[in-house]
Order: sequence, then C-alpha cells, then structure tokens
Amino acid sequence: MNESENMTREVAAPVRDNAEVEAALNRRYEAGFVTDIESTSLPPGLSEDIVRQLSAIKGEPEWMTEWRLAAYRHWLTMPEPDWAKLDIAPIDYQGVSYYSAPKAGPKSLDEVDPKLLETYEKLGVPLHERAKLAGVAVDAVFDSVSVGTTFRKELAEAGVIFCSMSEAIREHGDLVREYLGSVVPVGDNYFAALNSAVFSDGSFVFIPKGVRCPMELSTYFRINAMNTGQFERTLIVAEDDSYVSYLEGCTAPMRDENQLHAAVVELVALERAQIKYSTVQNWYPGDENGVGGIYNFVTKRGDCRGADSKISWTQVETGSAITWKYPSCVLRGDRSVGEFYSVALTHHRQQADTGTKMIHIGKGTKSKIVAKGISAGRSSNSYRGLVKIEKGADGARNYTQCDSLLIGKKCGAHTFPYMEVKNPGAIVEHEATTSKISDDQLFYCLSRGIGEEDAVSMIVDGFCKQVFRELPMEFAVEAKKLLEVSLEGAVG
Amino acid sequence: MHMLKIDNLHARVEGKEILKGLSLDVRPGEVHAIMGPNGAGKSTLGNVLAGRDGYEVTQGSVEFAGRDLLALEPEERAAVGVFLAFQYPVEIPGVNNTYFLRAALNAQRKFRGEDELDSMRFLKLVREKLKVMQISDELLHRAVNEGFSGGEKKRNEIFQMAVLEPKLAILDETDSGLDIDALKQVAEGVNALRSPDRSFVIVTHYQRLLDYIQPDFVHVLAGGRIVESGDKDLALKLEEQGYAWLAEKHPELRKADLAGEPA
Repeated sequence: MNESENMTREVAAPVRDNAEVEAALNRRYEAGFVTDIESTSLPPGLSEDIVRQLSAIKGEPEWMTEWRLAAYRHWLTMPEPDWAKLDIAPIDYQGVSYYSAPKAGPKSLDEVDPKLLETYEKLGVPLHERAKLAGVAVDAVFDSVSVGTTFRKELAEAGVIFCSMSEAIREHGDLVREYLGSVVPVGDNYFAALNSAVFSDGSFVFIPKGVRCPMELSTYFRINAMNTGQFERTLIVAEDDSYVSYLEGCTAPMRDENQLHAAVVELVALERAQIKYSTVQNWYPGDENGVGGIYNFVTKRGDCRGADSKISWTQVETGSAITWKYPSCVLRGDRSVGEFYSVALTHHRQQADTGTKMIHIGKGTKSKIVAKGISAGRSSNSYRGLVKIEKGADGARNYTQCDSLLIGKKCGAHTFPYMEVKNPGAIVEHEATTSKISDDQLFYCLSRGIGEEDAVSMIVDGFCKQVFRELPMEFAVEAKKLLEVSLEGAVG
Repeated sequence: MHMLKIDNLHARVEGKEILKGLSLDVRPGEVHAIMGPNGAGKSTLGNVLAGRDGYEVTQGSVEFAGRDLLALEPEERAAVGVFLAFQYPVEIPGVNNTYFLRAALNAQRKFRGEDELDSMRFLKLVREKLKVMQISDELLHRAVNEGFSGGEKKRNEIFQMAVLEPKLAILDETDSGLDIDALKQVAEGVNALRSPDRSFVIVTHYQRLLDYIQPDFVHVLAGGRIVESGDKDLALKLEEQGYAWLAEKHPELRKADLAGEPA
C-alpha cells in the first residue's frame, strides 16, 4: 500500500481524564503457563544450511527444499517493512530458533505426550472425546509440529483432506505443489518470504467438488519453547460448489522475551465455493509495561478464483504485543464476494495495525468490511484497509464500516482507509466512528443495578455485536469471554 | 417510619458547593415534587442520591429504609430500591433493551439474595408491565435507547421503573422536552405505579406535570436548600409569580439563586 497515492485519514482521539482508568491495568493472562516437555530444536540462527536441515528433518521432497531456498534467497534481498503505525524494537532474526518439536515425534493421538494433552485441556481445546461432543475437528500445532488431527476418518469419508502441512507435502504433494504460494507468492512481503523459507507446519484442507464439509474444522496454535518462532502455513482449497468453515485459535505462555510468529494463510475458492475463516487470536500480549509478548506478523489472503465464490474472514484479535495483519480477498471471479469482520482489542502497551484489502477484479464483485477497534490502557489500535477496484470490475461494490471504541485517556485509535477506484461505475462507501465508553453510559448501567465490570462487558459486547454474530456459535461465546478477560480492570 | 430522610446534606461538584444543607423527609406512598430555579441543585440531588461519581458529599446524611444510603455503591443503591429516571437517558448501541433490563433485574435480585429470573418468567413479567405502560414491544427489540425519540426514551425509563419495582423513584425532569400527549402517557405510567409502599421524588421545572401527577408535597429548592414547602397550591403560585417573592422571606438567598424563571 502506498500512502502517498491514496487517501489517508487519521483519527486520533484521546479521551478525557478518568482517574480510575489509570488504576486499571491489571489482568491475568489465563493461557500463560509453560508446559514442561522435552523438545528438539534447531540452534538459533538462519542460513541456507538451517533451511536445508529443516527441510531434511521434515523429510521433504526436493522441490520443497528448493522452494524454501528460493524464498530464503529472496528474503535476504528485502528490507523490513516500516510503513505500519507500529513501534517495533529491532528483531534479531539470527537469535531465533526456527524449529522446535516435542521429542519423540508422535505418530497418533495415543502417542501424544499426556502433558501436552493436559496443556490443551487447560486451554479448553477439545482434542479427545470432547472434540466429538463439540463436533469440531481439531488440528493442534504445538510450537512447530502438528501433533494430531481428530476426526480424520469421518472427514475422509466425505472426501475432505484435513491434515498437517508436513503430512500434506508428503502425502498430497501434487495438490500442495499446485496451490502453495499461488495466493501469497514467496516474495510477497518480508514476513511472507521468511515464512516460505522456514515454515515448519500448519494445516492443509482440501474440499473436493460439490462437498459441504460435514463439520467445522479447527486448528489450535501454541508457542511453548523459549526463543522459538512459530511459522505456520495454512492452505485451504475449496473446489467448485464446496463449502468449509474453518477456525483457528492461538495462545502462548508468558515469557519476558518477545517471540516471533509469522504465519501465512492461503485460501483458494473455485467456482461457487465458499470459505469461512474465523480466528480467535490470544497470543501472549506482554505485561502491562510492554515486556514480552508475541510479534504477530501474519499474511492472510483469499483468492476468489472462481465465479460466484465467496470468502469471509472473521477475526477476534485480543492478544500479541504487536499485530500486523491484513486478511485480504482477491475477487477475481465474476460476482465473487469478499467479507471481513474484525474485532481488535488492545490494552496496556499492545499495538495493532490491522485491517484488510479487497481487490475487485471480476465484474459485479462485492465486498463488505466491518472493523471494530477497542483500545484501552496505553495501547495503539490502527485500522488500515485498501479497497481497490480494477478497471474491468464493472458494477463492483464495497461497503466499509470502521468503528473505534476508546477506554481511558492514554490510548489511541487510528483509521487509514485507502481507496483506488479505476472503474467509474463502482460504488464504494465508507463510514467511520470513534466513540468512548462514557461515564454517562457506565453510570446509567450502575444506576440500574449492573456492576461496573458487567457494564463494561455489556457495552463492549454491544459494540462488537455485528462481528460476533458472524462467528460459529460456540466460538462467539469464547470470543465474548476472551474480551471480558482481556478487559478485566480496564475501567474503575 | 421514613422512606427517605435527608438531613443537612452538603455536596460538591468539581470543587463547587451545590447542595448547602438540604433536608427532606419522605414517607412511604408519598409523592414529593421539587421545583426551583435553574442551577438550584435539582439534578445534583438526583445524582447524589443515585451515587454518581464526581458528586462529593461533604456533610450531612441520607437514610433510606433504615440504611445509610451514602455508604452504598451506586449499583447497591439500585438493588435496595432506589431508581433514578434520567433527564437524558443514554444510548447503548448493540445492547438489546430486553437483555439490558433482564441483566439489571437479575443483578438486583442476586444482590438481595433472591433467585434470578429465567427468560420465560422474565418475559411474562415484561408482558404484564408492557400492558400497563402502553409501550409497543417493538421498543423491546431495539438497542437501549438507540434511535428512540425523546418521548420514547422517557417512556422507556418509566417502563424500566415498572419492571424493577423500586421503593423510591426519583424522576429528574422527566417531563422536559415532552409534548402534551407524551407527558400524559408518562404521567399515566407513574400514576399506575403509585402504591402505599412506593414513594416518588419528582424534580421538575414545570407545574404542568403536576396537573397529571398529584403531589402530596411541593418544595422549592433554591441556593442548594429546600426553602419553602407546601401543597399543590405552592406550585401554582410559583407558576404565577416566579421565584422572586421568596427573596423577602429568605434574605440570605442571593439574587442569583432566584434568577431562574419557571418556563
């Protein structure tokens, strides 16, 4: 995105003094435990050698190794991006270990270290019987390696492939080779190039023609080991007339050092296919003084390759010290539809620069953006979005709504909407509001008997309603709870 | 037995003393109207009783149904039976009106050690109250006060009061900004809620509301104190003559204290 070419609007709205807000800033990070598991790691550092070793450990075919090396060489030529409204301490890419796996690699769920399963228990990941009750198929990625995928048989009967990326490269090489990097090319951006060189695992989903995936698919990511980065790669391909709903959840233990997470997610929707991708991101955000926390630099892009296809991103982002993330849709197929629903919450010293890109190429393409930013403490929360209408996109329409909610007086909310419209018949609408939880609203709730914490939750929940109703039911409940926990002590 | 006993109440807002020795006794079932010029402290009284932040009590006491009201948090005051109908009810976007009211009622019931109402029982209660208030249930499905007209907001306040069933209701200029039809509807709602064990303190600028809600007592609040008390006739006299005549009886009041004219 080039700022100079486009329209830029910034709304920085400090809110008025509320002494109680200052006393506010304590909350516990509930997923902040470390699991004591023996792990095998590569030594810190990045070189062609490391890339080769990584590829060898994973038993990859040569084309994959070469693909990684090409990405690595490209990465070396690229500068780190600095255009986002983020204050990032220098990252020592040589200090990071690019691979960490629990020792004695598990072959099946039964062989998975019980301690690891306990970790998932604590996180509430429904891996065993609970998965069946919940009707969710889960792929859990722990540090770098995928540790088990539930419901494989049931999915296989429907013709759905849902497995770890490592396995997909070995077992479904042709499919992976056809689609990997076809949405996010290796040299797309700095972090995508890094990911392409060193990604260690992730999920692969393939929905064949005409199949409606019989259950919600889900991946949980967790960074456990110290000084490791997590670089997962997710690829979802939905063939003609298919449908899939996919959810990812993320957590990490509390650590004083910053940890790097640079993921790439690629979605491909063919004719009339629909992909719904939901994220609940709760990486460790650092403490109230900004020490520690995950750097979350993620490239997510969906390609509506076929006519009448639809890709919908829903994200609830409450974690990470720094978030840099713009789930996007390339609306290539005629009449294809892209949607982006987002709640991004920042507290303490968290920084988020997040939004979306909607690229209209096909005729009659439509996109809708609903972004809700909530800032508390001394955090900074930016929405950055691009709506691009190419010349041939006759009858393209976009609707964008950006709302910011401020809690306290030291946080900031910013909106950077960019628009490039090359087709004169396109209709592009943009609405933005900035508001704060006012003393009046709080007192109104209190005077009706509703306590302060409940009142704040209720007001925030009301603010996020448009996004929450896009989430699958059980995750909407989780997202709501997550916001409550994240805002504990934010007021009064 | 008093419902509310305010004794020599002094209160400050942003360092400025607004209430300067206000005293008032309200017994169960009584309706008290409080009138007074602009800036006399009428709205401050409601906010202090409801426990709003920033309203600092420096002297005096408030006893409510045998409790020290000032020692309670705002949400606790609501739970023990104090209700403030706002002059300007706020909008809470995205929060369903019914959901809000149920959360409020159940929070109060929980505080009082009563069991919480499930959706079925709550809806039944709401239906009963709707009939009394003549409110369309369309209002229930909207977000709290969002996009409501002035009259709808005020009626919604009275509807909340009907559901929450407080012991003491303080109406802060509930009549302001209402046309005569809306005013009548609000008054009818209030009258329907009058009962021997519920008291009302009605703060108003206009005597016309008192044509529809018969008060037992009328008080004049000026200079931060109740300076005159009487019955309905006092309100009529204020409407005819304004407040200036009080200066003779109360030489301690400054001219500015009586400057406001009832419109």
